[in-house]
Amino acid sequence: MIAVERLSKSFKVAKRRTGLWQAAKALFVREHTLVRALSDISFTIRPGEIVGYIGPNGAGKSTTIKIMSGILVPDEGRCDVFGFTPWKDRVEYVRNIGVVFGQRTQLWWDVPVIDSFELLKDIYRIPKTEYKANVDMLVDTLQLESIVHTPVRQLSLGQRMRCEIAASLLHGPRLLFLDEPTIGLDAVSKIAVRKFVKTINKEKGVTVILTTHDMNDIEALADRILLIGGGSLLYDGTLQSLRSRFGTRRTITIDYRETADRLDLPGVEVASWTPERAVLHVDTERATVSETIALLSSRVELKDVAVEAQPIEEIIVQLYKEHRI
Amino acid sequence: MRTYRSVFKLRLLLGMQYRAAALAGVATQFFWGFMLIMIYRAFYLHASGQPPMSLEELASYIWLQQAFLALVALWFRDNELFTLITTGNIAYELCRPADLYGFWYAKLLGMRLSAAILRCIPILLVAAFLPAPYRIQLPPDASAFVLFAAALLLGLLLVVAISMFLYISVFVTMSPTGSMIVFGLIGEFLAGLTIPVPYMPSWLQQIVYALPFRWTADFPFRVYSGNIPHDEALIGLAVQVVWLLSLTLLGRWLLGRTMRKVVVQGG
Repeated sequence: MIAVERLSKSFKVAKRRTGLWQAAKALFVREHTLVRALSDISFTIRPGEIVGYIGPNGAGKSTTIKIMSGILVPDEGRCDVFGFTPWKDRVEYVRNIGVVFGQRTQLWWDVPVIDSFELLKDIYRIPKTEYKANVDMLVDTLQLESIVHTPVRQLSLGQRMRCEIAASLLHGPRLLFLDEPTIGLDAVSKIAVRKFVKTINKEKGVTVILTTHDMNDIEALADRILLIGGGSLLYDGTLQSLRSRFGTRRTITIDYRETADRLDLPGVEVASWTPERAVLHVDTERATVSETIALLSSRVELKDVAVEAQPIEEIIVQLYKEHRI
Repeated sequence: MRTYRSVFKLRLLLGMQYRAAALAGVATQFFWGFMLIMIYRAFYLHASGQPPMSLEELASYIWLQQAFLALVALWFRDNELFTLITTGNIAYELCRPADLYGFWYAKLLGMRLSAAILRCIPILLVAAFLPAPYRIQLPPDASAFVLFAAALLLGLLLVVAISMFLYISVFVTMSPTGSMIVFGLIGEFLAGLTIPVPYMPSWLQQIVYALPFRWTADFPFRVYSGNIPHDEALIGLAVQVVWLLSLTLLGRWLLGRTMRKVVVQGG
């Protein structure tokens, strides 16, 4: 239902070296470099999926989102969403999608939020009953009762983002693009946003494509991740398989009765050591966690043991390193 | 249509919120109008030949110009739209199921009307009670007034159509200031807002009459005072319609073309 095939896009970027002479020269001759934002991106997404689209800054995430939402025209490639080509059938197509750009605002700055909602109702020609039902649902689940009558300029970022998300779902889209929806939000707002996204995905079957730099977003939401770097697709699969492929390290933190034993065990790297506490990295391909703990308890008198999986952030960094991006 | 009506309505209501700006505008316009009439009066007292407009016609022309500045001045702009383009917030406007040209046209129309509603009444009221050479005259007859109203309305639609080119140009230049200065200055002069068209040398008048700008300001104001007779005014209305249609079609085509190449700024 969403099929992207061999999508490519380049941007021409004007370059100028520093200095007055260079600036004067640039008045007449400009040097351009061609930046390849996307090259040969292909993937398909099934209805009802939540897909995390990740990659470092400048990887091409936003460019892909812009192309898929009909804002940008690619140089080459095909994109089919619900049978539409986004940039060709723009007006008809965008009725079916909702978009949230975390760094931009779609609400009118100086008027109460509800006025912006009313405008969207007319723009999308949402029938009255459907509009009312949707607004009630959104106001209820996103807890907007107290803020919909406030001008947007007086809202905090977290409140505004909740309103932005509501605004992009008023017309009941089947597909939702979230471009960094949790950027700059505090922990409470982040969790509220995640919970809401999960809910509409479960209850309304809305397909979600999410870009973010916050790996907790991905862990909480995405069944599947697409990793992009330098304009190419590098990984497409579930988070679990990513973990089992790269996340072979476990961290064991132990407290013990004072000892001089430096705890050098096979397959274990000592990250930090004091006479009473140590942090160990276990490479699970060389040693199991249980063996290591058994060995440890035979060497020192353990007081406390904590085992942690490798944080997803680290796995991603490892992945970036592997692909040199 | 409902989309455009709704955008128009919201922009109108929004514009009416800015009362302090309107008050400041009224004061400035009032001062400016006064000054202009005083200057022209000095010229008239020492004029050697017959001036192309009577001082009474001129006073009406200037007061109308000041009162309806928001409707006719090309430099009267929507900064929000500029920031939308240069920062890339336009991304949102592009994922709406609406034609962008109509969307912006409605927005700009709402902005101009809301500004004019707040400004015109106080200026016209005061101008109507000023002493003789400064006072705004009533139109010579009722039909002149009807023709004026029609011409002003078409002029407003026309000025919005012209200003659309300004916003489109910002997609390419990325600098509202540059577009504004060039368009604003030339447009204002050619519309007869700097000096009324009849005062220009005849070769310049030929140029001005061949361009769309004068139909936005010079034409309606001179219809009001009867400086342009009725039959000529009727033909003028038709010319306005022709300009309006051709400029909106051209603007729509140009915007469509620009959009295909547009780069939405920012990540």
